[in-house]
Amino acid sequence: MNLVYINSTNGLSKAALETVTYAKKLGGEVLVVTNGNASADTLSTLGAYGASGVLQDPSIDGQDPSQLVKLVAAAAQKANASTIVFSHDLVGKAVAPRLSVRLKAGLVAGAVALPEADGSIKVNVFSGKAFGFVRVNSSVRIISLLPNSIQPEQTSGSCSVEAFDGQAGTSSIVVKATKKPEGAIALPEAELVVSAGRGLKGPENWGMVEDLASALGAATACSRPVADIGWRPHHEHVGQTGVAIRPNLYIAAGISGAIQHLAGVNGSKVIVVINTDAEAPFFKAADYGIVGDAFEVLPRFTEAVKRFKAAQH
Amino acid sequence: MNILVCISKAPDTTSKIAFTNGNTQFDENGVQYIVNPYDEWYALVRALEIKEAQGGNVTIITVGSAADDAVIRKALAIGADEAVRIDAPATDAYYTAMQIAAYAKTKSFDLILTGKETIDYNGSQVGGMLAEALDLPYVAIATKLDVAGSTVSCQREILGGVQEVEVQAPVVISCAKGMAEQRIPNMRGIMAARTKPLTVVAPEALEALTSFSTYSMPAAKSSVKLIDPNNLDELVTLLHNEAKVI
Repeated sequence: MNLVYINSTNGLSKAALETVTYAKKLGGEVLVVTNGNASADTLSTLGAYGASGVLQDPSIDGQDPSQLVKLVAAAAQKANASTIVFSHDLVGKAVAPRLSVRLKAGLVAGAVALPEADGSIKVNVFSGKAFGFVRVNSSVRIISLLPNSIQPEQTSGSCSVEAFDGQAGTSSIVVKATKKPEGAIALPEAELVVSAGRGLKGPENWGMVEDLASALGAATACSRPVADIGWRPHHEHVGQTGVAIRPNLYIAAGISGAIQHLAGVNGSKVIVVINTDAEAPFFKAADYGIVGDAFEVLPRFTEAVKRFKAAQH
Repeated sequence: MNILVCISKAPDTTSKIAFTNGNTQFDENGVQYIVNPYDEWYALVRALEIKEAQGGNVTIITVGSAADDAVIRKALAIGADEAVRIDAPATDAYYTAMQIAAYAKTKSFDLILTGKETIDYNGSQVGGMLAEALDLPYVAIATKLDVAGSTVSCQREILGGVQEVEVQAPVVISCAKGMAEQRIPNMRGIMAARTKPLTVVAPEALEALTSFSTYSMPAAKSSVKLIDPNNLDELVTLLHNEAKVI
């Protein structure tokens, strides 16, 4: 039996659908465990992704990983689970390691693919510069799946949703405030990202970055210097010390491509680089390159995207 | 505050990454090791700032061999009071965390800090594992940390934003950018580090739960396709028809 933990407090995220699809592809039955008070109608749609049932404990708000680990451990025992799948997102990173100790089950942290023929599972190592194949030596295994590693696959059907008491005790973490910009696409989940660096010369010029992002339906990001000088908020900083992302398309304007920046984006499927300097190191990592001034290229790019979208309708 | 900071060695970010022995081992030839940046810049420096403001003691701990003592001395030079090395190779995150937990159980630490991940294996596992082994609360990927009495206030990352949380010490926290600024050790620190206590502890008998069977390098990127800056329609067409990403 495969057990999947999903966070459903804000509805079913793409990461949740990815993990259920992944567990289905592992073979065998898939049971989902979740906290929060998503409606049964919403949760039952997980049947179309391969779940045979959902266990839901609405009493846990999900802020304390030590409560979530008790919930998942209780569900794993009930289901006699041999594999437990998480998303390698901020919740998964907090809960999966705790569960590994609790169940004495090996954790494959940040899987990027289904198991190989020998059972080992591919992960990124050395900040995306290489891959490692992890073998689990315990009878129960835990896999946390890096977001955007596989596409959710939907068929038809629905599944049962059952109330479940995770026996999780009380939370020891008190939430004082939550700050979340409205309407923005969260970077780690974004499939398309438009990013810019010091070549943009000042925060007042970010309008053209946002215009392209909005034409594409993309999230915006930036390089480290731009976040450090305060032109853009820190949560937009991608790179070694910022967020590591692996979108389908990463567009970088006015970023030279230092090794620390590449470490955060080299998992991107396609990279487009716009830079005035034809010798910028980023071109070596790019699929498509434009040697040109971002101030001219970005608005033209936006217009070309708009023409393309208009022609599609 | 009695603070334990878990540090790991990591290859310098500019190191050439290669593997030997039929791609089963990281090739250490010519690799310079540093203190993992998240452990040093954020966890260790914030621990020192808290100690400087409120008093206390900062102990660093690592699991590794005598070859790692150079990395330990560097962390001592930045300002930690003492160091502990568990004398065993850090075979996997579980083994490492359980060794550190066994040591921590013999002491009473108010704060146990780790970096958010190492830059070599990127697992982000040891903090959570330690918290479970010690039955402590865990704040993952914290970007701010303040202490008042036994109340610990953190800012932590959540999907698409940040959250301010409070928790009672003792607690395990994994530390990320924003918490502190890198400190360059000065000559006095480097000299003092030579004589600070470094205790070598024998490991507990434990089995790792995971191992790496092999490694591989990503396929080399085919060379970049250059697009005329005056013909962005061509780029959009390629992104749609060839790359199939829009």
